[in-house]
Amino acid sequence: MSTDPENIDMRPARRHFLKAGAAMAAVVIAPGILLYKTGQAQSADEPVSSRVRWGMLIDSNALDESDVDACVSACQREHGWKSSGNQTDAQWIRKVKLSDAQTGHVKFLPMMCLHCENPPCVDVCPTGASFKRADGIVLVNKHTCIGCRYCMMACPYKARSFIHENLKDQLPVAPRGKGTVESCTLCVHRIDRDGENAVPACAEAVNRGEHKPILFGDLNNPDSEISQRLRQLGATSLRADLGLNPGVRYQGL
Amino acid sequence: MSNGSYLRYSEIETSTARYWGLLIGLLVFAAIGFAAAHHMDVEGHQVSGMSNQIVWGLPHVFAIFLIVAASGALNLASLASVFGKQAYQPLARFSAIVSIALLVGGLAVLLLDLGRPDRIIVAMTYYNFKSVFAWNIILYIGFIVIVAVYLWLMMERRMHRWITAAGTLAFVWRLVLTTGTGSIFGFLVAREAYDTALLAPMFIAMSFAFGLAILILLLIFSFASDRRVLDPSHLQRLRKLLGIFILVVFYFVLVLHLTRLYASRNHDFERFILLDGEVYTILFWVFQIGLGTLLPLVLIYSPKYRQSRGALISACLLVIVGAFAQLYVIIIGGQAFPLDIFPGYLVESSFFDGVINTYTPSIWEILLGLGGFTTSILIALLSFRVLPILPEILAAED
Repeated sequence: MSTDPENIDMRPARRHFLKAGAAMAAVVIAPGILLYKTGQAQSADEPVSSRVRWGMLIDSNALDESDVDACVSACQREHGWKSSGNQTDAQWIRKVKLSDAQTGHVKFLPMMCLHCENPPCVDVCPTGASFKRADGIVLVNKHTCIGCRYCMMACPYKARSFIHENLKDQLPVAPRGKGTVESCTLCVHRIDRDGENAVPACAEAVNRGEHKPILFGDLNNPDSEISQRLRQLGATSLRADLGLNPGVRYQGL
Repeated sequence: MSNGSYLRYSEIETSTARYWGLLIGLLVFAAIGFAAAHHMDVEGHQVSGMSNQIVWGLPHVFAIFLIVAASGALNLASLASVFGKQAYQPLARFSAIVSIALLVGGLAVLLLDLGRPDRIIVAMTYYNFKSVFAWNIILYIGFIVIVAVYLWLMMERRMHRWITAAGTLAFVWRLVLTTGTGSIFGFLVAREAYDTALLAPMFIAMSFAFGLAILILLLIFSFASDRRVLDPSHLQRLRKLLGIFILVVFYFVLVLHLTRLYASRNHDFERFILLDGEVYTILFWVFQIGLGTLLPLVLIYSPKYRQSRGALISACLLVIVGAFAQLYVIIIGGQAFPLDIFPGYLVESSFFDGVINTYTPSIWEILLGLGGFTTSILIALLSFRVLPILPEILAAED
């Protein structure tokens, strides 16, 4: 091989090519690295931290039917989904009517992904597409979801939807795709933008000044409004028997 | 091996129009199944009967049936290689190749029903090792590889000393595999219908019965189509084995329901399946218990039918009918019953909380399921033609 004149001639050319290639690669990649570095200086691009755990406290006594309808509409506008009552329609948030069989008392509440600390949907997902962020938000990676729907079988709260049809006119904040599973994101795009000042769309639709039937905040911070209210008034974890420690809790149940 | 004639295997050579007609028919069905899957992929699952309430439908019934039957079909080979039952030796190759064929068909259905079947590479490269599904992907691929090697060892005379080792590995692997299949449901703690470790051993028992029923039918058909001698004594042995397997499944079904009936928190679900569930109640009592369990037991154990080949064929077909009913009740009946998120309240919502969910399989799902089934049968029948799988003669025993 090495005596082949053609091969010997090739060597410098190949070395030169590799050098040039490396230089080219550096030129192409460098701005990306620089951008990334400057990007880190901005708070919005800071990595998600497990120092916080985002959650919501929903006071069902402070919500009437029209409030819950407003939550649903706000979520639909925010994320660009709609439901016409078909069995195959996606519903990120839904209005649940509860009637006490003994007393006849009726109440309405919004139901969505409860962003569990130990989410069964994350446990069962074969590809890891269903995941929990460090700050407690449970999401679906639309690039690695294969559409097996095992997470929907595992979720005790019926929080997830599968996209049964082709979609168009999607919103930039909520990429969605046929054949994948989706659910409430806790308005993660608002949280990434506004941090602890963020208000999810459903909460924004019903909160007025100090009247906050849906209170969003950091469950890990003992001084946050949500932690204080939870400490004072308590709240119900749905299906507490399963030990999932949901991040969304209810008062008035 | 006492009888040397047992050791001669050969390819099926029949070339009757009926035989080729059957193969072409199976091929057409398989092709239609793939076309149906393609249609569901292009249009989305809205063209199926599945919804956000019933998320797993008829394709999963077919897929789980084939996957469960696949591991059970390996039993005859295990009896020969692992437990030293020489009588099953002639059918060991047959048992192994059918188990691979059934698994391939079942996996095809499972894969083609995914929302994104094009992402198979993602499924193979991103693993969440806490997911029972992810374990199963490894178990299924491993099963095909192990059984293929095992089959090769059986067919290569120089390698015969390795058969026991490979057979034992395959046997252990298939038990783990079916445990994994049962645990897909058994680990779903949120749903009353599942959430029990009993599903894993019950699925193993089901695999014994389903797999053997398919093996007996394929054996009778293949021998008849090639005019090979199949002495009734061999079928008698398989008939008795099938009877025992049906009884074991029946035992698990009894224990499962009696356990649930004892605890009052499960009464509503049991009432749904056993009394008020309409299609599920009919499927349970008439198809699973009546046609799929009791009638085959009569056909197998009644002295009147003991010598009848027709009765054995009927029993096998009925076991398969019962198997589909059982899996339909487990998979779809389990989802039809509403989740109890708010105990003590009557629940209504826009998302069908608190109601019995409805499901009607669409033609596309039926075609996909049948396509997977026929793919399995086609692979098995073709393998008998191109490989020396079947013994030339199954003579009367000494």
